[in-house]
Amino acid sequence: MNDNHILQMKQSTGFQDSMPQENVVIYIKDLHKSFGDNHVLSGFNMKLTRGENLVVMGKSGSGKSVMIKCLVGLMEADSGYIEVMGKEVSTLSQETLDILRADIGFLFQGSALYDSMTVRENLEFPLRRHKNKLGNIVDTTPMVMEALENVGLAHAIDLMPSELSGGMKRRVALARTLILKPKVILYDEPTSGLDPITAKEIIGLMRSIQKKYNTSSLIITHDVDCARVISERMILLVDGINYAEGTYEELLKSQDPKVEAFFKK
Amino acid sequence: MSLSLVDKTKNFFIEIGDLSYFAGRFFKEVLKPPFEFKELLRQCYHMGNRSLVLVSVTGFIIGLVLTLQSRPTLIEFGAVSWMPNMVGISIVRELGPVITALICAGRIASGIGAELGSMRVTEQIDAMEVSGTNPFKYLVVTRILATTLMLPLLVIIGDAIALYGSALVENLKGDVSFQLYFNKVFDALEYGDLIPATTKSFFFGFTIGLVGCYKGYYCKKGTAGVGVAANTAVVFASMLLFFVDFVAVFVSDIFYEL
Repeated sequence: MNDNHILQMKQSTGFQDSMPQENVVIYIKDLHKSFGDNHVLSGFNMKLTRGENLVVMGKSGSGKSVMIKCLVGLMEADSGYIEVMGKEVSTLSQETLDILRADIGFLFQGSALYDSMTVRENLEFPLRRHKNKLGNIVDTTPMVMEALENVGLAHAIDLMPSELSGGMKRRVALARTLILKPKVILYDEPTSGLDPITAKEIIGLMRSIQKKYNTSSLIITHDVDCARVISERMILLVDGINYAEGTYEELLKSQDPKVEAFFKK
Repeated sequence: MSLSLVDKTKNFFIEIGDLSYFAGRFFKEVLKPPFEFKELLRQCYHMGNRSLVLVSVTGFIIGLVLTLQSRPTLIEFGAVSWMPNMVGISIVRELGPVITALICAGRIASGIGAELGSMRVTEQIDAMEVSGTNPFKYLVVTRILATTLMLPLLVIIGDAIALYGSALVENLKGDVSFQLYFNKVFDALEYGDLIPATTKSFFFGFTIGLVGCYKGYYCKKGTAGVGVAANTAVVFASMLLFFVDFVAVFVSDIFYEL
Protein backbone atom coordinates (compact mmCIF):
# COMPACT_ATOMS: atom_id res chain seq x y z
CA MET A 1 0.00 0.00 0.00
CA ASN A 2 1.53 3.30 -1.00
CA ASP A 3 0.99 6.70 0.59
CA ASN A 4 -1.68 7.64 -1.89
CA HIS A 5 -3.59 4.54 -0.94
CA ILE A 6 -3.28 5.26 2.76
CA LEU A 7 -4.51 8.80 2.32
CA GLN A 8 -7.22 7.55 0.05
CA MET A 9 -8.37 5.35 2.91
CA LYS A 10 -8.53 8.41 5.08
CA GLN A 11 -11.01 9.90 2.61
CA SER A 12 -13.13 6.80 2.16
CA THR A 13 -12.60 5.52 5.71
CA GLY A 14 -12.05 2.10 4.16
CA PHE A 15 -15.71 1.19 4.21
CA GLN A 16 -16.93 0.59 0.73
CA ASP A 17 -19.24 -2.19 1.93
CA SER A 18 -22.21 -1.23 4.07
CA MET A 19 -22.75 -4.50 5.93
CA PRO A 20 -20.32 -6.70 7.85
CA GLN A 21 -19.22 -9.93 6.19
CA GLU A 22 -19.61 -13.37 7.73
CA ASN A 23 -16.08 -13.71 9.12
CA VAL A 24 -16.12 -10.25 10.68
CA VAL A 25 -16.25 -10.41 14.48
CA ILE A 26 -16.25 -6.68 15.21
CA TYR A 27 -17.71 -4.06 12.92
CA ILE A 28 -17.79 -0.37 13.77
CA LYS A 29 -19.22 2.24 11.46
CA ASP A 30 -19.26 6.02 11.79
CA LEU A 31 -18.73 6.04 15.55
CA HIS A 32 -19.08 9.41 17.25
CA LYS A 33 -18.39 10.25 20.88
CA SER A 34 -17.93 13.63 22.51
CA PHE A 35 -17.33 14.84 26.04
CA GLY A 36 -18.78 18.33 26.07
CA ASP A 37 -16.98 20.24 23.31
CA ASN A 38 -14.25 17.64 23.06
CA HIS A 39 -15.04 15.47 20.04
CA VAL A 40 -13.07 12.32 20.78
CA LEU A 41 -14.41 10.11 18.00
CA SER A 42 -15.70 11.75 14.85
CA GLY A 43 -16.74 8.94 12.57
CA PHE A 44 -14.44 6.05 13.40
CA ASN A 45 -14.72 2.89 11.30
CA MET A 46 -13.23 -0.51 11.92
CA LYS A 47 -13.51 -4.15 11.00
CA LEU A 48 -11.88 -7.08 12.80
CA THR A 49 -12.00 -10.45 11.10
CA ARG A 50 -11.82 -13.90 12.68
CA GLY A 51 -8.34 -14.84 13.90
CA GLU A 52 -6.88 -11.43 13.06
CA ASN A 53 -4.57 -9.29 15.21
CA LEU A 54 -5.54 -5.68 14.65
CA VAL A 55 -3.68 -2.84 16.34
CA VAL A 56 -5.27 0.57 16.79
CA MET A 57 -2.62 3.18 17.47
CA GLY A 58 -3.09 6.75 18.52
CA LYS A 59 -1.73 9.40 20.81
CA SER A 60 -2.81 9.54 24.45
CA GLY A 61 -6.29 11.01 24.65
CA SER A 62 -7.06 10.19 21.02
CA GLY A 63 -10.08 8.10 21.99
CA LYS A 64 -8.70 4.57 21.68
CA SER A 65 -9.87 3.47 25.12
CA VAL A 66 -13.20 5.24 24.63
CA MET A 67 -13.67 3.26 21.43
CA ILE A 68 -13.19 -0.16 23.06
CA LYS A 69 -15.33 0.85 26.03
CA CYS A 70 -18.13 1.64 23.58
CA LEU A 71 -17.48 -1.74 22.00
CA VAL A 72 -18.29 -3.69 25.17
CA GLY A 73 -21.09 -1.41 26.31
CA LEU A 74 -19.15 0.26 29.14
CA MET A 75 -19.78 3.59 27.45
CA GLU A 76 -22.58 4.72 25.22
CA ALA A 77 -21.64 6.17 21.86
CA ASP A 78 -23.33 9.38 20.70
CA SER A 79 -24.02 7.84 17.32
CA GLY A 80 -22.76 5.12 15.00
CA TYR A 81 -23.11 1.40 14.56
CA ILE A 82 -21.27 -1.26 16.59
CA GLU A 83 -21.69 -4.93 15.87
CA VAL A 84 -19.88 -7.66 17.81
CA MET A 85 -20.19 -11.23 16.60
CA GLY A 86 -23.31 -10.41 14.63
CA LYS A 87 -25.06 -8.52 17.43
CA GLU A 88 -25.65 -4.79 17.46
CA VAL A 89 -24.39 -3.76 20.91
CA SER A 90 -26.60 -0.70 21.46
CA THR A 91 -29.83 -2.69 21.00
CA LEU A 92 -28.98 -5.55 23.37
CA SER A 93 -30.73 -6.06 26.69
CA GLN A 94 -28.48 -6.26 29.76
CA GLU A 95 -28.97 -10.03 29.88
CA THR A 96 -27.98 -10.54 26.22
CA LEU A 97 -25.08 -8.12 26.56
CA ASP A 98 -23.77 -10.09 29.54
CA ILE A 99 -23.95 -13.32 27.53
CA LEU A 100 -22.11 -11.65 24.64
CA ARG A 101 -19.47 -10.34 27.04
CA ALA A 102 -18.56 -13.93 27.93
CA ASP A 103 -17.15 -14.23 24.41
CA ILE A 104 -15.14 -11.02 24.75
CA GLY A 105 -12.04 -10.90 26.89
CA PHE A 106 -10.93 -7.48 28.07
CA LEU A 107 -7.44 -6.78 29.38
CA PHE A 108 -7.49 -3.45 31.19
CA GLN A 109 -4.67 -0.95 31.08
CA GLY A 110 -3.96 -1.16 34.81
CA SER A 111 -4.79 -4.90 35.04
CA ALA A 112 -7.86 -4.10 37.19
CA LEU A 113 -7.44 -7.09 39.49
CA TYR A 114 -9.90 -7.15 42.39
CA ASP A 115 -7.53 -6.27 45.21
CA SER A 116 -9.67 -7.74 47.99
CA MET A 117 -9.52 -11.19 46.37
CA THR A 118 -6.72 -13.73 45.90
CA VAL A 119 -5.48 -14.63 42.42
CA ARG A 120 -7.66 -17.76 42.53
CA GLU A 121 -10.76 -15.74 43.47
CA ASN A 122 -9.97 -13.21 40.76
CA LEU A 123 -9.99 -15.97 38.17
CA GLU A 124 -13.06 -17.68 39.59
CA PHE A 125 -15.06 -14.45 39.59
CA PRO A 126 -16.06 -14.44 35.88
CA LEU A 127 -17.08 -18.11 36.19
CA ARG A 128 -19.83 -17.26 38.72
CA ARG A 129 -21.95 -15.60 36.06
CA HIS A 130 -21.06 -17.73 33.06
CA LYS A 131 -21.10 -21.28 34.40
CA ASN A 132 -23.60 -22.29 31.70
CA LYS A 133 -21.20 -21.38 28.92
CA LEU A 134 -18.64 -23.92 30.11
CA GLY A 135 -21.00 -26.67 31.21
CA ASN A 136 -21.83 -27.52 34.81
CA ILE A 137 -18.59 -26.80 36.63
CA VAL A 138 -18.29 -28.40 40.04
CA ASP A 139 -14.60 -27.80 40.67
CA THR A 140 -13.13 -24.64 39.16
CA THR A 141 -9.56 -25.42 40.22
CA PRO A 142 -8.49 -27.21 36.98
CA MET A 143 -9.74 -24.27 34.90
CA VAL A 144 -8.00 -21.74 37.14
CA MET A 145 -4.78 -23.77 37.00
CA GLU A 146 -4.94 -24.09 33.21
CA ALA A 147 -5.38 -20.34 32.80
CA LEU A 148 -2.55 -19.61 35.23
CA GLU A 149 -0.25 -22.18 33.58
CA ASN A 150 -0.84 -20.41 30.25
CA VAL A 151 0.73 -17.30 31.73
CA GLY A 152 3.33 -19.15 33.81
CA LEU A 153 1.93 -18.18 37.20
CA ALA A 154 0.48 -21.38 38.63
CA HIS A 155 2.57 -20.87 41.78
CA ALA A 156 0.87 -17.52 42.49
CA ILE A 157 -2.62 -18.97 42.86
CA ASP A 158 -3.05 -18.07 46.53
CA LEU A 159 -1.30 -14.70 46.49
CA MET A 160 -3.07 -11.36 46.84
CA PRO A 161 -2.70 -8.82 43.99
CA SER A 162 -0.74 -6.54 46.33
CA GLU A 163 1.95 -9.26 46.51
CA LEU A 164 2.44 -9.31 42.72
CA SER A 165 4.73 -7.19 40.56
CA GLY A 166 3.33 -5.08 37.71
CA GLY A 167 4.20 -7.73 35.13
CA MET A 168 2.70 -10.52 37.22
CA LYS A 169 -0.50 -8.52 37.67
CA ARG A 170 -0.76 -8.10 33.91
CA ARG A 171 -0.27 -11.86 33.46
CA VAL A 172 -2.93 -12.70 36.04
CA ALA A 173 -5.27 -10.24 34.34
CA LEU A 174 -4.56 -12.03 31.06
CA ALA A 175 -5.30 -15.37 32.72
CA ARG A 176 -8.59 -13.96 34.04
CA THR A 177 -9.41 -12.80 30.53
CA LEU A 178 -8.72 -16.30 29.18
CA ILE A 179 -10.70 -18.28 31.71
CA LEU A 180 -13.98 -17.93 29.82
CA LYS A 181 -12.28 -18.96 26.54
CA PRO A 182 -13.28 -15.79 24.68
CA LYS A 183 -13.48 -15.63 20.90
CA VAL A 184 -12.12 -12.11 20.80
CA ILE A 185 -9.75 -10.36 23.19
CA LEU A 186 -9.52 -6.60 23.58
CA TYR A 187 -6.21 -5.34 24.93
CA ASP A 188 -6.14 -1.80 26.31
CA GLU A 189 -2.49 -0.68 26.37
CA PRO A 190 -1.19 -4.17 27.30
CA THR A 191 2.42 -3.03 27.72
CA SER A 192 1.99 0.40 29.28
CA GLY A 193 3.85 0.91 32.54
CA LEU A 194 5.99 -2.21 32.06
CA ASP A 195 9.74 -2.41 31.57
CA PRO A 196 10.88 -3.47 28.06
CA ILE A 197 11.69 -7.05 29.08
CA THR A 198 8.35 -7.64 30.81
CA ALA A 199 6.59 -5.90 27.92
CA LYS A 200 8.24 -8.37 25.52
CA GLU A 201 7.10 -11.26 27.70
CA ILE A 202 3.53 -9.99 27.67
CA ILE A 203 3.62 -9.58 23.89
CA GLY A 204 4.97 -13.14 23.61
CA LEU A 205 2.12 -14.39 25.77
CA MET A 206 -0.43 -12.54 23.66
CA ARG A 207 0.92 -14.19 20.53
CA SER A 208 1.00 -17.67 22.03
CA ILE A 209 -2.56 -17.27 23.34
CA GLN A 210 -3.73 -16.13 19.94
CA LYS A 211 -2.17 -19.21 18.33
CA LYS A 212 -3.38 -21.65 20.99
CA TYR A 213 -7.00 -20.51 21.17
CA ASN A 214 -7.31 -18.97 17.68
CA THR A 215 -8.76 -15.78 19.10
CA SER A 216 -9.18 -12.48 17.31
CA SER A 217 -7.34 -9.64 19.01
CA LEU A 218 -7.91 -5.92 19.03
CA ILE A 219 -4.93 -4.20 20.58
CA ILE A 220 -5.05 -0.57 21.61
CA THR A 221 -1.58 0.83 22.09
CA HIS A 222 0.80 3.66 21.50
CA ASP A 223 3.79 1.31 21.83
CA VAL A 224 5.30 1.02 18.34
CA ASP A 225 7.38 -2.03 19.27
CA CYS A 226 4.29 -3.84 20.49
CA ALA A 227 2.48 -2.93 17.27
CA ARG A 228 5.41 -4.10 15.12
CA VAL A 229 5.60 -7.52 16.74
CA ILE A 230 1.94 -8.35 17.09
CA SER A 231 -0.01 -6.57 14.38
CA GLU A 232 -1.22 -8.09 11.16
CA ARG A 233 -2.98 -4.86 10.33
CA MET A 234 -2.89 -1.41 11.92
CA ILE A 235 -5.20 1.55 12.11
CA LEU A 236 -3.90 4.98 13.09
CA LEU A 237 -6.49 6.91 15.04
CA VAL A 238 -5.96 10.64 14.53
CA ASP A 239 -8.47 13.43 15.16
CA GLY A 240 -11.18 10.89 15.96
CA ILE A 241 -11.05 9.07 12.62
CA ASN A 242 -9.07 6.15 11.20
CA TYR A 243 -6.49 8.33 9.53
CA ALA A 244 -4.47 5.55 7.95
CA GLU A 245 -4.63 1.81 7.69
CA GLY A 246 -2.28 -0.91 6.54
CA THR A 247 0.39 -3.33 7.70
CA TYR A 248 3.21 -2.09 9.94
CA GLU A 249 5.65 -2.03 7.03
CA GLU A 250 3.24 -0.12 4.80
CA LEU A 251 2.64 2.56 7.40
CA LEU A 252 6.32 2.75 8.21
CA LYS A 253 7.06 3.72 4.61
CA SER A 254 4.46 6.49 4.63
CA GLN A 255 5.63 10.04 4.09
CA ASP A 256 2.52 11.57 5.57
CA PRO A 257 3.71 13.75 8.50
CA LYS A 258 1.00 12.56 10.87
CA VAL A 259 1.79 8.91 10.12
CA GLU A 260 5.53 9.48 10.31
CA ALA A 261 5.15 11.09 13.72
CA PHE A 262 4.14 7.73 15.19
CA PHE A 263 7.24 5.92 14.03
CA LYS A 264 9.87 8.54 14.81
CA LYS A 265 12.24 7.36 17.52
CA MET B 1 -20.92 35.72 45.24
CA SER B 2 -24.69 35.35 45.05
CA LEU B 3 -24.28 33.41 41.79
CA SER B 4 -21.91 31.02 43.55
CA LEU B 5 -24.49 30.50 46.27
CA VAL B 6 -27.13 29.83 43.62
CA ASP B 7 -24.80 27.33 41.94
CA LYS B 8 -24.06 25.63 45.24
CA THR B 9 -27.76 25.34 46.04
CA LYS B 10 -28.41 24.01 42.55
CA ASN B 11 -25.63 21.46 42.89
CA PHE B 12 -26.98 20.40 46.28
CA PHE B 13 -30.40 19.66 44.83
CA ILE B 14 -28.87 17.91 41.83
CA GLU B 15 -26.95 15.73 44.27
CA ILE B 16 -30.12 14.97 46.23
CA GLY B 17 -31.83 14.05 42.96
CA ASP B 18 -28.97 11.75 41.93
CA LEU B 19 -28.95 10.16 45.38
CA SER B 20 -32.70 9.53 45.14
CA TYR B 21 -32.21 7.91 41.73
CA PHE B 22 -29.42 5.79 43.20
CA ALA B 23 -31.72 4.74 46.06
CA GLY B 24 -34.44 3.90 43.52
CA ARG B 25 -32.00 1.69 41.63
CA PHE B 26 -31.16 -0.07 44.89
CA PHE B 27 -34.82 -0.91 45.52
CA LYS B 28 -35.15 -2.15 41.94
CA GLU B 29 -32.06 -4.35 42.11
CA VAL B 30 -32.51 -5.69 45.65
CA LEU B 31 -35.53 -7.79 44.68
CA LYS B 32 -34.07 -9.17 41.46
CA PRO B 33 -32.11 -12.46 41.42
CA PRO B 34 -29.31 -13.52 41.47
CA PHE B 35 -28.85 -12.74 45.18
CA GLU B 36 -25.33 -12.29 46.47
CA PHE B 37 -25.78 -13.95 49.90
CA LYS B 38 -22.12 -14.84 50.34
CA GLU B 39 -20.96 -11.29 49.72
CA LEU B 40 -23.76 -9.95 51.95
CA LEU B 41 -22.60 -12.14 54.83
CA ARG B 42 -19.00 -11.07 54.26
CA GLN B 43 -19.98 -7.42 54.34
CA CYS B 44 -22.14 -7.92 57.46
CA TYR B 45 -19.18 -9.53 59.18
CA HIS B 46 -16.78 -6.80 58.10
CA MET B 47 -19.02 -3.90 59.03
CA GLY B 48 -20.35 -5.37 62.24
CA ASN B 49 -17.15 -6.86 63.52
CA ARG B 50 -14.87 -3.99 62.64
CA SER B 51 -17.11 -1.34 64.19
CA LEU B 52 -17.91 -3.30 67.34
CA VAL B 53 -14.92 -2.22 69.44
CA LEU B 54 -15.28 1.45 68.50
CA VAL B 55 -19.01 1.45 69.22
CA SER B 56 -18.49 -0.39 72.51
CA VAL B 57 -15.76 1.94 73.79
CA THR B 58 -17.70 5.06 72.76
CA GLY B 59 -20.91 3.71 74.29
CA PHE B 60 -19.18 2.93 77.55
CA ILE B 61 -17.66 6.41 77.77
CA ILE B 62 -20.97 8.11 76.88
CA GLY B 63 -22.79 6.22 79.65
CA LEU B 64 -20.02 7.04 82.10
CA VAL B 65 -19.81 10.73 81.23
CA LEU B 66 -23.57 11.28 81.04
CA THR B 67 -24.00 9.86 84.54
CA LEU B 68 -21.06 11.76 86.00
CA GLN B 69 -22.25 15.06 84.49
CA SER B 70 -25.90 14.63 85.50
CA ARG B 71 -25.24 13.44 89.04
CA PRO B 72 -24.51 16.79 90.74
CA THR B 73 -27.64 18.42 89.30
CA LEU B 74 -29.87 15.49 90.20
CA ILE B 75 -28.42 15.43 93.73
CA GLU B 76 -29.17 19.15 94.04
CA PHE B 77 -32.84 18.50 93.23
CA GLY B 78 -32.96 15.33 95.35
CA ALA B 79 -33.71 13.28 92.23
CA VAL B 80 -30.63 11.09 92.01
CA SER B 81 -32.79 7.97 92.32
CA TRP B 82 -34.19 8.91 88.89
CA MET B 83 -30.75 8.54 87.33
CA PRO B 84 -31.36 5.04 85.79
CA ASN B 85 -34.66 6.22 84.31
CA MET B 86 -33.16 9.38 82.84
CA VAL B 87 -30.02 7.76 81.48
CA GLY B 88 -31.92 4.69 80.22
CA ILE B 89 -34.49 6.69 78.28
CA SER B 90 -32.04 9.22 76.85
CA ILE B 91 -29.62 6.53 75.72
CA VAL B 92 -32.16 4.14 74.26
CA ARG B 93 -34.31 6.77 72.58
CA GLU B 94 -31.75 9.17 71.19
CA LEU B 95 -28.12 9.15 72.26
CA GLY B 96 -27.39 5.49 71.52
CA PRO B 97 -28.77 5.39 67.96
CA VAL B 98 -27.47 8.83 66.94
CA ILE B 99 -23.97 8.45 68.38
CA THR B 100 -23.58 4.91 67.03
CA ALA B 101 -24.80 6.09 63.63
CA LEU B 102 -22.38 9.02 63.60
CA ILE B 103 -19.48 6.74 64.52
CA CYS B 104 -20.48 4.34 61.78
CA ALA B 105 -20.84 7.22 59.32
CA GLY B 106 -17.24 8.11 60.09
CA ARG B 107 -15.97 4.59 59.87
CA ILE B 108 -18.22 2.70 57.48
CA ALA B 109 -19.38 5.41 55.03
CA SER B 110 -15.84 6.67 54.53
CA GLY B 111 -14.56 3.09 54.17
CA ILE B 112 -17.17 2.24 51.55
CA GLY B 113 -16.59 5.56 49.76
CA ALA B 114 -12.84 4.98 49.60
CA GLU B 115 -13.12 1.29 48.66
CA LEU B 116 -15.62 1.74 45.84
CA GLY B 117 -13.88 4.95 44.77
CA SER B 118 -10.56 3.19 44.34
CA MET B 119 -12.30 0.31 42.55
CA ARG B 120 -13.84 2.82 40.16
CA VAL B 121 -10.54 4.62 39.55
CA THR B 122 -8.59 1.38 38.95
CA GLU B 123 -11.29 0.09 36.58
CA GLN B 124 -12.18 -2.85 38.83
CA ILE B 125 -15.87 -1.95 38.58
CA ASP B 126 -15.58 -1.89 34.77
CA ALA B 127 -13.80 -5.26 34.88
CA MET B 128 -16.66 -6.67 36.94
CA GLU B 129 -19.20 -5.37 34.46
CA VAL B 130 -17.30 -6.78 31.49
CA SER B 131 -17.15 -10.17 33.19
CA GLY B 132 -20.95 -10.19 33.20
CA THR B 133 -21.44 -9.51 36.91
CA ASN B 134 -23.72 -6.64 37.81
CA PRO B 135 -21.38 -4.48 39.93
CA PHE B 136 -24.27 -2.49 41.36
CA LYS B 137 -25.80 -5.65 42.74
CA TYR B 138 -22.53 -7.18 43.90
CA LEU B 139 -20.97 -4.07 45.45
CA VAL B 140 -23.75 -1.61 46.22
CA VAL B 141 -26.79 -3.71 47.12
CA THR B 142 -24.80 -5.97 49.46
CA ARG B 143 -23.15 -3.04 51.27
CA ILE B 144 -26.38 -1.08 51.73
CA LEU B 145 -28.15 -4.19 53.01
CA ALA B 146 -25.26 -4.98 55.35
CA THR B 147 -25.25 -1.51 56.93
CA THR B 148 -29.05 -1.56 57.20
CA LEU B 149 -28.96 -4.89 59.03
CA MET B 150 -25.88 -4.30 61.14
CA LEU B 151 -26.55 -0.83 62.50
CA PRO B 152 -29.53 -1.82 64.71
CA LEU B 153 -27.38 -4.61 66.17
CA LEU B 154 -24.55 -2.20 66.87
CA VAL B 155 -27.01 0.25 68.42
CA ILE B 156 -28.38 -2.43 70.76
CA ILE B 157 -24.86 -3.45 71.81
CA GLY B 158 -23.80 0.20 72.17
CA ASP B 159 -26.88 0.97 74.31
CA ALA B 160 -26.23 -2.01 76.56
CA ILE B 161 -22.60 -1.04 77.12
CA ALA B 162 -23.50 2.63 77.69
CA LEU B 163 -25.99 1.55 80.37
CA TYR B 164 -23.32 -0.66 81.89
CA GLY B 165 -20.98 2.36 82.05
CA SER B 166 -23.69 4.38 83.74
CA ALA B 167 -24.43 1.54 86.20
CA LEU B 168 -20.75 1.34 87.05
CA VAL B 169 -20.67 5.01 88.07
CA GLU B 170 -23.84 4.63 90.10
CA ASN B 171 -22.42 1.52 91.74
CA LEU B 172 -19.15 3.21 92.66
CA LYS B 173 -20.51 6.62 93.63
CA GLY B 174 -24.00 5.89 94.86
CA ASP B 175 -23.82 2.33 96.14
CA VAL B 176 -26.53 1.24 93.73
CA SER B 177 -26.28 -2.44 92.84
CA PHE B 178 -26.18 -3.42 89.16
CA GLN B 179 -29.36 -5.45 89.57
CA LEU B 180 -31.27 -2.53 91.08
CA TYR B 181 -29.94 -0.16 88.44
CA PHE B 182 -31.00 -2.36 85.53
CA ASN B 183 -34.36 -3.14 87.14
CA LYS B 184 -35.06 0.58 87.28
CA VAL B 185 -33.91 1.06 83.68
CA PHE B 186 -36.20 -1.70 82.40
CA ASP B 187 -39.11 -0.41 84.49
CA ALA B 188 -38.66 3.01 82.92
CA LEU B 189 -38.45 1.77 79.34
CA GLU B 190 -41.53 1.01 77.25
CA TYR B 191 -42.05 -0.49 73.83
CA GLY B 192 -42.73 3.07 72.73
CA ASP B 193 -39.09 3.84 73.49
CA LEU B 194 -37.59 0.72 71.98
CA ILE B 195 -39.54 0.31 68.75
CA PRO B 196 -39.04 3.81 67.24
CA ALA B 197 -35.37 3.77 68.27
CA THR B 198 -34.75 0.39 66.67
CA THR B 199 -36.74 1.31 63.57
CA LYS B 200 -34.83 4.51 63.02
CA SER B 201 -31.57 2.58 63.40
CA PHE B 202 -32.47 0.64 60.25
CA PHE B 203 -32.95 3.94 58.41
CA PHE B 204 -29.66 5.25 59.80
CA GLY B 205 -27.91 2.13 58.51
CA PHE B 206 -29.55 2.49 55.13
CA THR B 207 -28.50 6.17 54.93
CA ILE B 208 -24.87 5.37 55.80
CA GLY B 209 -24.64 2.58 53.24
CA LEU B 210 -26.46 4.55 50.57
CA VAL B 211 -24.30 7.68 50.85
CA GLY B 212 -21.03 5.73 51.12
CA CYS B 213 -21.86 3.65 48.05
CA TYR B 214 -23.15 6.64 46.07
CA LYS B 215 -20.03 8.70 46.69
CA GLY B 216 -17.68 5.81 45.94
CA TYR B 217 -19.54 4.40 42.92
CA TYR B 218 -19.58 7.75 41.12
CA CYS B 219 -16.09 8.75 42.22
CA LYS B 220 -14.37 11.01 39.70
CA LYS B 221 -11.15 9.76 38.15
CA GLY B 222 -7.88 10.02 39.98
CA THR B 223 -6.57 9.24 43.43
CA ALA B 224 -7.62 12.69 44.67
CA GLY B 225 -11.17 11.68 43.80
CA VAL B 226 -10.97 8.73 46.18
CA GLY B 227 -10.09 11.03 49.09
CA VAL B 228 -12.91 13.39 48.14
CA ALA B 229 -15.35 10.47 47.93
CA ALA B 230 -14.38 9.22 51.41
CA ASN B 231 -14.52 12.69 52.91
CA THR B 232 -17.80 13.81 51.37
CA ALA B 233 -19.37 10.47 52.23
CA VAL B 234 -18.84 11.18 55.94
CA VAL B 235 -20.05 14.79 55.75
CA PHE B 236 -23.08 14.03 53.61
CA ALA B 237 -24.03 10.92 55.62
CA SER B 238 -23.74 12.80 58.95
CA MET B 239 -25.94 15.63 57.66
CA LEU B 240 -28.53 13.22 56.33
CA LEU B 241 -28.51 11.26 59.61
CA PHE B 242 -29.68 14.34 61.52
CA PHE B 243 -32.38 14.94 58.95
CA VAL B 244 -33.52 11.30 59.12
CA ASP B 245 -33.46 11.54 62.94
CA PHE B 246 -35.65 14.64 62.83
CA VAL B 247 -38.16 12.92 60.54
CA ALA B 248 -38.12 9.75 62.68
CA VAL B 249 -38.73 11.67 65.91
CA PHE B 250 -41.47 13.71 64.23
CA VAL B 251 -43.22 10.60 62.91
CA SER B 252 -42.92 8.67 66.20
CA ASP B 253 -44.25 11.71 68.02
CA ILE B 254 -47.38 11.55 65.87
CA PHE B 255 -47.84 7.90 66.82
CA TYR B 256 -47.42 8.74 70.53
CA GLU B 257 -50.07 11.41 70.21
CA LEU B 258 -52.42 8.83 68.74
